Amino acid sequence: MNAISGAYDWLSTSDNWQGEKGVWNRLGEHLYFSGTCLLVACLIALPIALYLGHIGKGGALAINISNVGRAVPTLAVLVLLSLTPLGTYEDVPTLIALVLFAVPPLLTNAYLGMREVDRSVVEAARGMGMSGRQVFVRVELPLAYPLIMTGLRSAAVQVVATATLAAMAGEGGLGRIITAGFNLRDTPQVVAGAFLVAVLALCVEAVLVAGGRLFDPMRRRTQSLSLNGGS
Amino acid sequence: MAGQSCLVANDWVCGEYVRSRSQELIDATVEHIGITAASVLIGLAVALPLALLARSGRRFAGPVLGLTTALYSLPSLAMFSLLLPVFGLSVALVVTGLVLYSLTVLVRNILAGLEAVPDDAREAARGMGYGPWRLLWEVELPLALPALMAGVRIATVSTVALTTVGAIVDYGGLGGLIMSGLRTDFKAQVLTASVLCVLLAVVADLLLLALQRWLTPWTRIRRGRARRTPVEKVAQAV
Repeated sequence: MNAISGAYDWLSTSDNWQGEKGVWNRLGEHLYFSGTCLLVACLIALPIALYLGHIGKGGALAINISNVGRAVPTLAVLVLLSLTPLGTYEDVPTLIALVLFAVPPLLTNAYLGMREVDRSVVEAARGMGMSGRQVFVRVELPLAYPLIMTGLRSAAVQVVATATLAAMAGEGGLGRIITAGFNLRDTPQVVAGAFLVAVLALCVEAVLVAGGRLFDPMRRRTQSLSLNGGS
Repeated sequence: MAGQSCLVANDWVCGEYVRSRSQELIDATVEHIGITAASVLIGLAVALPLALLARSGRRFAGPVLGLTTALYSLPSLAMFSLLLPVFGLSVALVVTGLVLYSLTVLVRNILAGLEAVPDDAREAARGMGYGPWRLLWEVELPLALPALMAGVRIATVSTVALTTVGAIVDYGGLGGLIMSGLRTDFKAQVLTASVLCVLLAVVADLLLLALQRWLTPWTRIRRGRARRTPVEKVAQAV
């Protein structure tokens, strides 16, 4: 209980939110790392996964890459990269590690989403005279959307978690509040930092779930259908 | 001679390091295996009743699945840190955190396995006078075993990787070597510990696959027979 009230005190001290080591700055670093890397990972993984899914090849690669991603410890990659010559460029090792760990869930889920589209629907679309591109944009993509979003969500969770671990390899982000707390043997600070990270992770997940529903192409379709039916 | 110089030159790959610090490496690996094994076994012991609870009614399914999923989205460092006031700097902290992570995969897979048990099998067992517990132990769980073991394999592989984060409280197995290698800029130590960690995950996965084959001989018998019958062979080829 002591640690919890201590963490509350830590969080309500305005000094802890200001300055280079303050919460706002660390949160900014965390969001910058996570956002940039998620975007880069999407730009790398989604075109590959959607193309492979569309032509129906490369399944083994798409599945195995997520198994490999699970077996490799994020901490090890962060530390290894920071010891390479890349480590001299401050944020580069973290950014690379974050992209590396965001790619597998995106790739696997988007590929599976494309492959699990009902073949008879694709055949029907082709029978209606749709070109390959039309089938892709108007049939496969909307139907694969739920799994693509699942991939995006688990990639985001992974990125936020890895960005936290980057603090153990000496980088910034909210994890730094936790590691600094451990170094100072300051349990309230550790708990306060962990609380902030947990809230951030749950917020990111909630935003993506809400965003996923909002932009669901099938949802708009059913709405417009029901509107038509009503008139 | 060349070995001595690779320590001085701080090379990534260094045979002399592996030879001279073999005891340190073995100790860290044993700790790593111990933490992983304890976490997965406790996770399994907790996940089974949770899965049964989730199956028993819709009222429980939502909260159980929601809670385990929320736990999974917590970053590992935050999870360990939140447990600090409860457990202090101890190995129990690391094991508890890893157990909480393993629950998501284990509960989902056990539940999926139990739900995939054919109703015929259940009906037949009930008709033979099986009570609910005997039905569970002798019919449902064995039939759910492939899905359960798939969950155990995923949970084990990710637990091996996550154990390294335990280094934050000095109980991280090979993660401890990675962190001390980072502090002293000792490249061979970091690379060796990282590679051992990945090897551990691969070996654990293969051992569990072998265990699964051994525990579910009927899945092999069916396949074996299919190979022998020419008609089915043709059907499979088509």
